[in-house]
Amino acid sequence: MAEQAVDRQEQEYPENHRQQQAAQKEKKPKKKISGDQWVALGFLAPSFILVLIFVYGFIGWTGWVSVSNWNTLVPDFSFAGLKNYIYLFNDYRFQADLRNTVFFTILFIGLVIVMGLGLSILIDQKLKGESLFRNIFLFPMALSFVVTGVVWQWLLNPSTGYNQFLALFGIQPKWYTDTNILAGFEWGSIEFGLPVAIIAVVIAAVWQMTGFSLAMYLAGLRGIPDELREAARMDGASEFQIYKKVILPMLMPITVSVIIIMAHISLKIFDLIYAMTGSGANFVTDVPGVYMFETTFRGNYYANGAAIAIIMLLMVAVFIVPYLLANRRSDG
Amino acid sequence: MKKLFGILLLMVMALVIAACSSDSSSDGGEDADASDGGDSGESAESGGGGEGTVEIFSWWTGAGEEDGLLALIDLFEQEHPDITVDNAAVAGGAGTNAKAVLATRMQGDDPPSTFQVHGGAELNEGWVAADKMEPLNDFYEEQGWMDKFPQDLIDMVSKDGNIYSVPVNIHRGNVIFYNKQVFEDNGLEVPTTYDEFIAVADKLQDAGVTPLALGDKEAWTATQIFENILLGELGPDDYKSLWAGDIAFDDDRVVAAAEKFKTVLGYVNEDHASRNWQDAAQLVGDGEAAMINMGDWAKGYFSNDLDLETNKDFGYFAFPETDGDFMVITDTFGLPKGVENPDEVKEFLSVLGSVEGQDAFNPLKGSIPARVDADESKYDEYGKDAMKDFNESNLTPSLAHGSAAAEGFVTKANQAVNIFVTQLDVDNLINTLKNAASEL
Repeated sequence: MAEQAVDRQEQEYPENHRQQQAAQKEKKPKKKISGDQWVALGFLAPSFILVLIFVYGFIGWTGWVSVSNWNTLVPDFSFAGLKNYIYLFNDYRFQADLRNTVFFTILFIGLVIVMGLGLSILIDQKLKGESLFRNIFLFPMALSFVVTGVVWQWLLNPSTGYNQFLALFGIQPKWYTDTNILAGFEWGSIEFGLPVAIIAVVIAAVWQMTGFSLAMYLAGLRGIPDELREAARMDGASEFQIYKKVILPMLMPITVSVIIIMAHISLKIFDLIYAMTGSGANFVTDVPGVYMFETTFRGNYYANGAAIAIIMLLMVAVFIVPYLLANRRSDG
Repeated sequence: MKKLFGILLLMVMALVIAACSSDSSSDGGEDADASDGGDSGESAESGGGGEGTVEIFSWWTGAGEEDGLLALIDLFEQEHPDITVDNAAVAGGAGTNAKAVLATRMQGDDPPSTFQVHGGAELNEGWVAADKMEPLNDFYEEQGWMDKFPQDLIDMVSKDGNIYSVPVNIHRGNVIFYNKQVFEDNGLEVPTTYDEFIAVADKLQDAGVTPLALGDKEAWTATQIFENILLGELGPDDYKSLWAGDIAFDDDRVVAAAEKFKTVLGYVNEDHASRNWQDAAQLVGDGEAAMINMGDWAKGYFSNDLDLETNKDFGYFAFPETDGDFMVITDTFGLPKGVENPDEVKEFLSVLGSVEGQDAFNPLKGSIPARVDADESKYDEYGKDAMKDFNESNLTPSLAHGSAAAEGFVTKANQAVNIFVTQLDVDNLINTLKNAASEL
């Protein structure tokens, strides 16, 4: 269920965004509502009402559950204040989740941007068989995270996977079963640092999502008129300078979009982890999404689960809200 | 406009037809029951809302278990051609998905007619405590079942003197399966005590064989080892007292069990975190590892999936120091409150609890019957052994499978064990369990 939801959001996100912009543009001329617009409103109303109830209504409901005492099978809506939140932030597992999410997000977004940009610049060099390369890099995106997770679980299995090849060189990384924390120091009840195991998950996620950022950067590169490059060359700029001073700044909006989209995927990630590694030994690959599912549906800690959901919502909001605000401003 | 109207009309007609057909089927149900004689009065009473359908909710979708369920349903439909069975099995996640769906339906007051639930705390501290189950004492008396199930087992499905469900099968959790060839090659005997176990493990390790296979991608497999060590250390009575809250988790013997657990974890395969229990069992099948502690559903995996022969390729023995005990994992079915046709559901439960029902289901599922008087000849070599042990041993509830403690505690215990497997910090494990004990 969760993976479908994530997938759907991925697909719908750019779509929603465009619709939003279109809707905002339509609003500009202040006229009386015409007959056609009444019809349009009539068609919008059902989905608007449904979204209001089934998205925002249930966000509110989840928020309410998260401050209740409902931590058994029997619903108990007595007010608990911030008890569940306090419990979570003192909880070993949740602290580990936050640590993992931070490192996963940084590595994942960073690598997706660097590799997407690098590959798109290479493909943009008007080389032969361009569409072939483009498709090869784009195809992993067509897979579900669950498929990616299962495949990479096998590839990176320390005893049967890619390691059999690496054994030729005498290296045997333990991939996602490694319980070491790099540069770790005591923080709360956990060791804060980069969990080595998360790197394996990042590899799988980057493999899948690089195609997406590649496609976006490629579109961005194609949108930059040749005249600008020509003009820069006339002024005596080297190719490197052209990229640094002209092209990269013009790709900024694309980068922002990629960051937003990747951030909401990585902060809410569930399916990839669930299929690939599970929580991992000592929770080195656990994320809030997996904890939320297990604590709610295995442990019947409904209020704790709701609190995790709300924290995840807030984390995503930290990325999305400034973006929406900035968009509103630029749209006038 | 006309078209829209047409569609609406069609929908209304479809609804009417659906309503009629379900009406007629429930009519049929009453008629047939009436001709049965006996309980016609009761069924007429339930006929108001009864639909002649029994919905069976489970997570039995795997190879053998689904066959068993279908055989059971067949048997029921032969005996009750008037009642339709709706097999509402939810696949995946060792029941996690099914439990999530079940919780939603129960809380929305839309219970299935009957549903799969592990006997013990999962039933008693979950649904019974939530006041969602009907007591079945009269039903047991009526069926004459009071002496057909072991008393220990009836206790596991009872709370405050009321019986709440009917056990259909039994699995044993304190079994170690081992590779016979590996034991023979190294001249080893089956260990019965902890010290013998460690001696065997040392020899195997020296011989370059992984002594104990573990696949703790899901933490319960490790929890299972811990509970068996606890059982050996405490003995069956005190083991039960521990879950009743009468023995504290910082008791010396619990600490000693944690120390032993720590030692045992020193003998497992290095890549345990990347394996599930089947992957780990495969190590034993291939001879890369010598032993694995797993519930006896692993027997089906060895003989059906790995094509190995019982007592020739692989053998089995009780977890060291738990020889006279039987760690019970039992699937049971109860009667939720608010079901429209309780009498028809009881008809199903009576088939489920009958010798014929249990003997139809269990050989296919690879479990043993919960009744003491089932037909032994229908079971394989392992099954016969297990049935004998089941009748003679002390029955103890499993923590890893939700019978010993409420699911909230089980989740926390699994988390603590997951951390322990890496950190091997005995104090930390004991403290976490002690803190979680308030939820027992």
